[in-house]
Amino acid sequence: MSFINYSSREINCKIVYYGPGLCGKTTNLQYVYRKTNPDQKGKLISLATETERTLFFDFLPLALGDIKGFKVRFHLYTVPGQVFYAASRKLILKGVDGVVFVADSQIERMEANMESLDDLKINLAEQGYDLDKLPYTVQFNKRDLPNVAPVENMNKLLNPRNIPCFEAVAVTGPGVFETLKNVAKQVLVELKKHY
Amino acid sequence: MSGSDLVMYEEEFGKIDEELQRLYIQTNAKVVFLVDKNGQLIASAGETHDIDTTSLASLTAGNIAATGGIARLLGEKEFTILFHEGEKDNIHISLIGQRIILVVIFDSRSSLGLVRLRVKKVSEALTRIFNDIAAKSEREKSEGKIDESPFAEISDEDIDNLFR
Ligand SMILES: Nc1nc2c(ncn2[C@@H]2O[C@H](COP(=O)(O)OP(=O)(O)OP(=O)(O)O)[C@@H](O)[C@H]2O)c(=O)[nH]1
Ligand SMILES: [Mg+2]
Repeated sequence: MSFINYSSREINCKIVYYGPGLCGKTTNLQYVYRKTNPDQKGKLISLATETERTLFFDFLPLALGDIKGFKVRFHLYTVPGQVFYAASRKLILKGVDGVVFVADSQIERMEANMESLDDLKINLAEQGYDLDKLPYTVQFNKRDLPNVAPVENMNKLLNPRNIPCFEAVAVTGPGVFETLKNVAKQVLVELKKHY
Repeated sequence: MSGSDLVMYEEEFGKIDEELQRLYIQTNAKVVFLVDKNGQLIASAGETHDIDTTSLASLTAGNIAATGGIARLLGEKEFTILFHEGEKDNIHISLIGQRIILVVIFDSRSSLGLVRLRVKKVSEALTRIFNDIAAKSEREKSEGKIDESPFAEISDEDIDNLFR
């Protein structure tokens, strides 16, 4: 649910990073934060536990530039991936314009990935959204680790529709901006259809 | 995408701004602002320069979302007013209609009673304005005014330029 303000000439869009616990959602936002010019970003807010696990959400506002005289802002959110924070995840999906699903590439996390993807679909459906119709990008994160599943297998399990997917190493950066750019683009294209 | 995007027009924005300015003065508050339930700042009045309103907006919406979740667990519809008391500053958060959040930050120059009273008054006015906006946005959509929208002509290049 984007917010278009003709008075201040701004468009605000909400992008949510979803995925199982420890897959690297927060790390994605931290990398984007580190690599963005100070004048293009607000504070990175993290509501986290003492052990740095996301408790409610992370939030990063980005102002990337103008389109047709409108300032385009993206509000990036992450959900808490741990299973027992289910209620919070639902709240954060409210009003979402685009979703990034961050999958953990380690073989032993495949089941957690699939569970999280199911959880995402259910939570979206509860709010009347259909993942197949929403701007949506998949990221296979932690490609630097030795025990990763082949992309082909992950695609079969997590991306049957073959939508855009990106291999990433969120700690060092490869794939992070490619992912964001892709989902942002889809969000803007969607906006164009509606307005 | 759901069809309920929030669109703000110049005319209504002016009215909202007027209401907020009045509330700010009448309550003797430090800052007042309006946020939509998804955490996007709509308008503000007062001493906003030393406050990070973007972060505040997102956290306020998170706060309302969390208490709304608690309310539903308890079988309540929603808690429409939240109040947090600090050592110096206090924050009064209230829901307007179903999707707008009004926030008043005040210190000892004001009082909870005064804030409550004025918030109640301005809520009615704001509800009317937001209803007008919703009606107008529906009308424009059905009249096909969307052709004139600035977004109809977004090009791939425009989008790529954002990420230079
Ligand atoms: N090797 C490696 N480690 C990563 C990568 N991305 C994230 N990590 C590490 O994985 C751990 C968890 O990352 P977070 O970003 O906190 O995970 P999260 O998805 O936000 O987890 P929750 O908040 O619990 O949902 C951290 O120790 C990160 O440094 C990666 O690409 N490669
Ligand atoms: Mg996290």
